[in-house]
Amino acid sequence: MNRKDLGLLVLIVVVATIVAIRQPLFIAPVNIANTANLIGLFGLFSIAQAFVIITGGIELSVGSIIALLGVLFVDLVVNQGMPWPFAALLMIGLGALMGLAHGLLITRMKIQPFIVTLCGLLIYRGVARFYTGDGTAGFTFGASFPTLEWLTMGRSWGVPHSFIAMIVVAAVMWVVLHRSVFGRHLFAVGKNEEAARYSGIATNRVIIAAYVICTVLTAISAIFFAMYTRSISPSSHGNFYELYAIAAAVLGGCSLRGGEGSIVGVVLGTVLLQVLQNLVNLLGIPSSLNFAVMGSVILIGVLADQQISRYRLRGK
Amino acid sequence: MAEPFLELVGITKTFPGVAALSDVTFSIAPGEVVGLVGENGAGKSTLMKILGGVTQPTAGELRVDGARRDSFSVPDAIRSGIAFVHQELNLFDNLDVAANIFIGREPLKGGPLRLVDREALRAQVEPLLARLKVGYGARTPVRDLSIAQQQLLEIVKALSLRSRLVIMDEPTSSLTLTETDRLMSVIDELRADGVGIIFISHRLHEVERCADRVVVLRDGRMVGELAKGEITHERMIRLMIGRDLKSLYTPPKAPPGATALAIDDVVTSTYPGKRVSLEVRSGEILGLAGLVGSGRTELANAVFGIEPLLGGSVSLDGTRLRIDSPRDAIRQGIYLAPEDRKSFGLLLDFPIVDNISLPDLASYASASLVNRGREIENADRQKQRLNIRAPNVTTRVGTLSGGNQQKVVLAKWLSMKPRVIIFDEPTRGVDVGAKKEIYELLRALSDAGVAILMISSDMEEVVGVSDRVAVMHEGTISGFLRRDELSEHSVLRLAVGTTATKGTA
Repeated sequence: MNRKDLGLLVLIVVVATIVAIRQPLFIAPVNIANTANLIGLFGLFSIAQAFVIITGGIELSVGSIIALLGVLFVDLVVNQGMPWPFAALLMIGLGALMGLAHGLLITRMKIQPFIVTLCGLLIYRGVARFYTGDGTAGFTFGASFPTLEWLTMGRSWGVPHSFIAMIVVAAVMWVVLHRSVFGRHLFAVGKNEEAARYSGIATNRVIIAAYVICTVLTAISAIFFAMYTRSISPSSHGNFYELYAIAAAVLGGCSLRGGEGSIVGVVLGTVLLQVLQNLVNLLGIPSSLNFAVMGSVILIGVLADQQISRYRLRGK
Repeated sequence: MAEPFLELVGITKTFPGVAALSDVTFSIAPGEVVGLVGENGAGKSTLMKILGGVTQPTAGELRVDGARRDSFSVPDAIRSGIAFVHQELNLFDNLDVAANIFIGREPLKGGPLRLVDREALRAQVEPLLARLKVGYGARTPVRDLSIAQQQLLEIVKALSLRSRLVIMDEPTSSLTLTETDRLMSVIDELRADGVGIIFISHRLHEVERCADRVVVLRDGRMVGELAKGEITHERMIRLMIGRDLKSLYTPPKAPPGATALAIDDVVTSTYPGKRVSLEVRSGEILGLAGLVGSGRTELANAVFGIEPLLGGSVSLDGTRLRIDSPRDAIRQGIYLAPEDRKSFGLLLDFPIVDNISLPDLASYASASLVNRGREIENADRQKQRLNIRAPNVTTRVGTLSGGNQQKVVLAKWLSMKPRVIIFDEPTRGVDVGAKKEIYELLRALSDAGVAILMISSDMEEVVGVSDRVAVMHEGTISGFLRRDELSEHSVLRLAVGTTATKGTA
């Protein structure tokens, strides 16, 4: 755990302690389990986003992918009678294709990531609404998929499975990012793409892989979200989720300039964001202020981090 | 003769440990064209920086119109009417011609709204364009102009400042012959209008053509001044060289082996009309000399797969290679230590060890997980072998000195199996002590059978380190020199393109 991650952890502990003292409900098992579930759901696609941000890019279509793959998944399983494991694999495959398309457009066609994924955001959202005729896709009353439901929304030893899934993904991705050859190449490409190329790294392939990883993880989280909400209104489902992901990644120490970030940081960033949301609810702050609280905390966090870095540099 | 506009008396500039200029005295009168020549590193750019007010001389006196100036800043230089036309263009290609000329001092209207008065702007720009017969209008977007037209625009910009002295730094380096002719007649017109010009160029025949007087710098000193009648190629070259080159040369342990790298008729995008052929044998250091911009770096980049080969072929040990990316070159054992190592050679924010293992990370990994221990072990070994001065191998490369950074670049390639290493300016920004170590490493590598192609603009290095030298001039090889033919004089003559008197080579 590096210094940044440690600072974030301290911040979370301080905020959590204050909230717990003022409102003991915060540490009630039910509230903790609920928050853990949300951390799991949001953590999945925030980890995904980190991979793209480390290349120096950005993935804005996260929310729309969650909506599109969500309605597709529900429709295939509920209305078309497709066995859910097939449907899940199909969603992951579709996710991979989207990432591949984004990656190719960015590396081969030299279109800026912001533009490519902004178009993705608009296109996938539009397709999702068209597919359902702007209606709600959901599980009909009495429809039951016990295994799928247990896997996604069940609990083991009181821990929500979405949280466990996020921890497993985080562990695997930690190894990939911080221990594997690919992870090192990813950091190198994000830091200085030209120098990486001069060192013989297939930079385009690394960037494409980052987008594929991102959309595959997003596809997995789309299935979890579909099972969590059980009814998907395609015009609002997943709105702004890309911004949650970017916020979590930035809080977790990723630089939008690329080449920096850590999985532990992103997970902690997600935890902090969810704790803040929870805090708004529990402390009776008007929920309309939700975004304002989040924005202020991120701003203060980034400012503080920058000041501390500058201070440390001067101390050297 | 007219009163001098600008006089320099005894100008000296020392940087810690080095004298960049010592005791330079010269003057320029209105309507006079002075050619300024000298090798790379002779002190020309330091002198220009002083004239532009960018740096202050350590000693000496600067006079404008006979009045002594104790401090001379950039605004002072502009106010005195000194303008620069740089080798690199400083234009905004997203704006039009008029906007570029008056950038930062646009005529305004509308009072507090501070709107640009486009009519007044055009009215001021058009006569200037007409005066130089540039052939484009005030509204032409700069991105539509050729390099030569942009160069002329820089001159227009200088004139719009009512300049009395225009300093041109290698203005013809990217111009075609007819464009150069155009520039020459512009220079004549300026001279007729009483504008002084300092013309810095490596193209000696152009200096010969336009200069009224030539000043030669060598090692920071003025070593000669030639009046109009005395300006010849040969005299300028003779003044430019003549340093005592310290003997750096260590002969190879064994005579060179078979040809390792063969470059045949290679065409690069910078000089699409020219072909380059050369061979480097294993165990040999081939120096590649030439002036800045002669196409050496582009050749290296083409061989290393960074720029496309527009023609010709590259072979290693007699086998023709297909190189589309640095990855392909590295796989064949062809490595490049680039000139701009901070941008291309290293990841400055990464530790030493990560830089060393980057191109060959897979060999430190099992099941694609990197074994940090093995990485550090190798880095430590390289650190010791190359004498990299750093607290330990996890030190960030950005904090190291130039020499140690270059050693990290070397360590990265030495950890693999080099067949050919191309060094582009291996000792640029490297201090004297580390230079010597790097030369020893080059020789040790070549003795181990590696073929070395060393691009260098440092004459001492070219003459002192190479076993053989190829000289490039404007995109093609102008000659090869054997060790016994090697001298500063012979290299420089080929580099400036004096082919007529080449002799037996």
